[in-house]
Amino acid sequence: MGLQELWFILVAVLFLGFFVLEGFDFGVGMLMAPLGKMAGRSGGPEADDNHRRAVLNTIGPVWDGNEVWLITAGGAMFAAFPGWYATVFSGLFLPLLVILFSMILRVVAIEWRGKIDDPKWRHWADIGIALGSWIPAILWGTAFAILVRGLPVAENQQVVGLTFSDVVNPYTLLGGLATCGVFLLHGVAFLALKTMGEVRDNALRIGRWLLAPVVVVAGLFGLWTQTLYGKPGSWVAFGIAVLALLGAVALLRAGTRDGWAFTLTTVVVVGVVAMLFIDLYPNLLPSTLNPDWNLTIYNASSNPYTLKVMTWAAAIFAPLVIGYQAWTYWVFRKRISAERIPASIGLPGRTS
Amino acid sequence: MDALDVSRWQFGITTVYHFIFVPLTIGLAPLIAVMQTIWHVTGRSEWYRLTRFFGKLFLINFAIGVATGIVQEFQFGMNWSEYSRFVGDVFGAPLAMEGLAAFFFESTFIGLWIFGWTRLPRIVHLACIWIVAIAVNMSAFFIISANSFMQHPVGATFNPDTGRAELHSILELFTNNTAIWAFLHAVAGAFLTAGTFVAAVCAWWMVRSRRAVADNGGAAVEKVPAPAGMYRPAAVLGCWVALVSAVALIFTGDIQGKLMFHQQPMKMASAESLCHTETDPMFSVLTVGTHNNCDSIVRVIEVPWVLPLLAEGRISGVTLEGVEDLQAQAEENFGPGNYRPNLFVTYWAFRAMIGLLLVPVLFALTALWLTRGGRIPDQRWFSRFALLTIPTPFLANSAGWIFTEMGRQPWVVVPNPDGDQLIRLTVQDGVSNHSVGMVWISLTTLTLTYAVLAVIWFYLLRRYVAVGPQEHDSEPAPPEPPADDDVAPLSFAY
Repeated sequence: MGLQELWFILVAVLFLGFFVLEGFDFGVGMLMAPLGKMAGRSGGPEADDNHRRAVLNTIGPVWDGNEVWLITAGGAMFAAFPGWYATVFSGLFLPLLVILFSMILRVVAIEWRGKIDDPKWRHWADIGIALGSWIPAILWGTAFAILVRGLPVAENQQVVGLTFSDVVNPYTLLGGLATCGVFLLHGVAFLALKTMGEVRDNALRIGRWLLAPVVVVAGLFGLWTQTLYGKPGSWVAFGIAVLALLGAVALLRAGTRDGWAFTLTTVVVVGVVAMLFIDLYPNLLPSTLNPDWNLTIYNASSNPYTLKVMTWAAAIFAPLVIGYQAWTYWVFRKRISAERIPASIGLPGRTS
Repeated sequence: MDALDVSRWQFGITTVYHFIFVPLTIGLAPLIAVMQTIWHVTGRSEWYRLTRFFGKLFLINFAIGVATGIVQEFQFGMNWSEYSRFVGDVFGAPLAMEGLAAFFFESTFIGLWIFGWTRLPRIVHLACIWIVAIAVNMSAFFIISANSFMQHPVGATFNPDTGRAELHSILELFTNNTAIWAFLHAVAGAFLTAGTFVAAVCAWWMVRSRRAVADNGGAAVEKVPAPAGMYRPAAVLGCWVALVSAVALIFTGDIQGKLMFHQQPMKMASAESLCHTETDPMFSVLTVGTHNNCDSIVRVIEVPWVLPLLAEGRISGVTLEGVEDLQAQAEENFGPGNYRPNLFVTYWAFRAMIGLLLVPVLFALTALWLTRGGRIPDQRWFSRFALLTIPTPFLANSAGWIFTEMGRQPWVVVPNPDGDQLIRLTVQDGVSNHSVGMVWISLTTLTLTYAVLAVIWFYLLRRYVAVGPQEHDSEPAPPEPPADDDVAPLSFAY
């Protein structure tokens, strides 16, 4: 295996880490408001907020570290395949701008939500968290569907004459719905594992409503992708994802074995991402104009020296990162319940 | 404006904005680590309160630094794709390493620090904030070595087959003299910012606490959460950090200046608005004019000896090249074009950067004098002075970056006079091929979002500073985490 193949795998692994970890962060962010409302219907506004806070605190210590997988994946694309980075990022200018905007909102909304103890303040923060979770959960799926489908790449590696339907079409929209659905389910499995009491019951209840639509949407997207771009390896990945999804469905319906349910939704995310990357290989971005103009791991990569340096950096730091991030999850392994949420320590709303 | 101008405005606005928050993060993390260490060693609970107090301010600031940082990495590809293609082989590596070796550490361990007060043994929890402090400084090193490649490209060769710069030595890239001194200079600026911030906030609280209690006939006042004496040691700490940083800034800045006179003579000539080559020109302190045509400037105040000293460490016998002569040379070497930066901006940004340094230095000296021998100041003018000082290091940081980035125009990668002359790129050749309307959309979206966030950031910092160290932060966390079977409440942050 050459360095270019290795770096294709490493970039895939970084995106894998991002989708597995931020996948449940997005899921938790999307589920926060509905779970609050469910509790608020019977318990009033105080229960509403306590449930929201319990949900948010499940990802509290880890979401920021999870997001760095994306930053590093972006950096690795830049370092290992600058042609890919330049073409995709400039070609998908507006979708990326929307993703950036939503992720900015999410960071500040999560961090600043508890700083002021005031319903109106929290309301705005919750809008930020919702937008910052729903939009990227959909758009990342759309973005990867676009990558697999290809863009009008010219001979000089530039995207030319991009039309609206290159970006928004039934296939890419379905891709967005599929990731959104999978992340929702992944978030449910994470909440089932990390909470107890009413929050957990409600999360599982939402999960049960989601099961059928998610299986349909994700299954259709997988089948559509495989029919058009499938190869033997990606059929294996797709098969594993389907089996894991069915297993997760069974466990989430029963509401038992939370650890296994979460493991299975993780395998679903891994399977889907693996499927997409295997379908791409050895392309990085197919050209819809002429297959000779595809961006591949060979014509868009850095020189061997850079790849070698980066391999050393990854070999030293990646195991370390995985080690201490795993330790973080161990430190905060305890379940959280809305009933035991301490009072907010934010400042009062009005300046007095 | 064409797409290039709009893209440059966007990069300028987003970068200056990002770098309002970053220096405070870089400098404050180590200061908080020091405070927590003092608490850990001495067991004095006022240091615990100070750690928690500044920790909250740190986190408000950290969030916005992270949020605006994502944009930075993405917009190289989005708005400067041709630049990314040309240098990606070199420039991408430090960016990816910044993620691997710095961002992962800081974001994971800040999570452990925020949520770990009652979950981690004290010593492990202390280690977390130190790891954050080291990691934020590491990230500065990686990004500045990437930036320094744009100022002074080393470690790479031009490959005619691929038409791009290709890395041949990562060691040369990381030991680029421009990178090392720019890194130290930027970090010194960050410590100046954070030292001033801590000193000024504590100074303001000292005066406020003492006056409020005095007005109340010496009895406790509800709005004064802690005795004035609590802030004094932290104020002194902040003052010393600011003063040492100021010395480091002058020292590193001087070395950078000498490097730049050689590596980027156009930048230094434009810092002076020096039009024609002169021997021992005067250093200009004040000029009147727009600098658009450099012959139309009226030089009001000038000082001898300074410029030769800055350029070569001698007070006379130094010939400095002027903008017009450098322009002629550049046209000869690189073809027709305008190789002059915007002289008005470079001239004034350079002076603002240096001039603004005086305010925190003066403040730190005043504060050290007023707190000498255990004194606690109560002068109202002093607390006003403290508040007015806080923004000055922030403005100086911005001015410094505006100077160094505007001073390399029209280049995005400045040709290295001692290196591969083919590694050079103008902003015109580096920008993405977008329609001007599309770039306007991103410029408007980001600027408006950032404006709103800046207002909230300022509101939160102001509120949290004005409320002071909170009551629930006065009792330190237990020294050891509760056993696993205990139903231990986590300390929730959200």
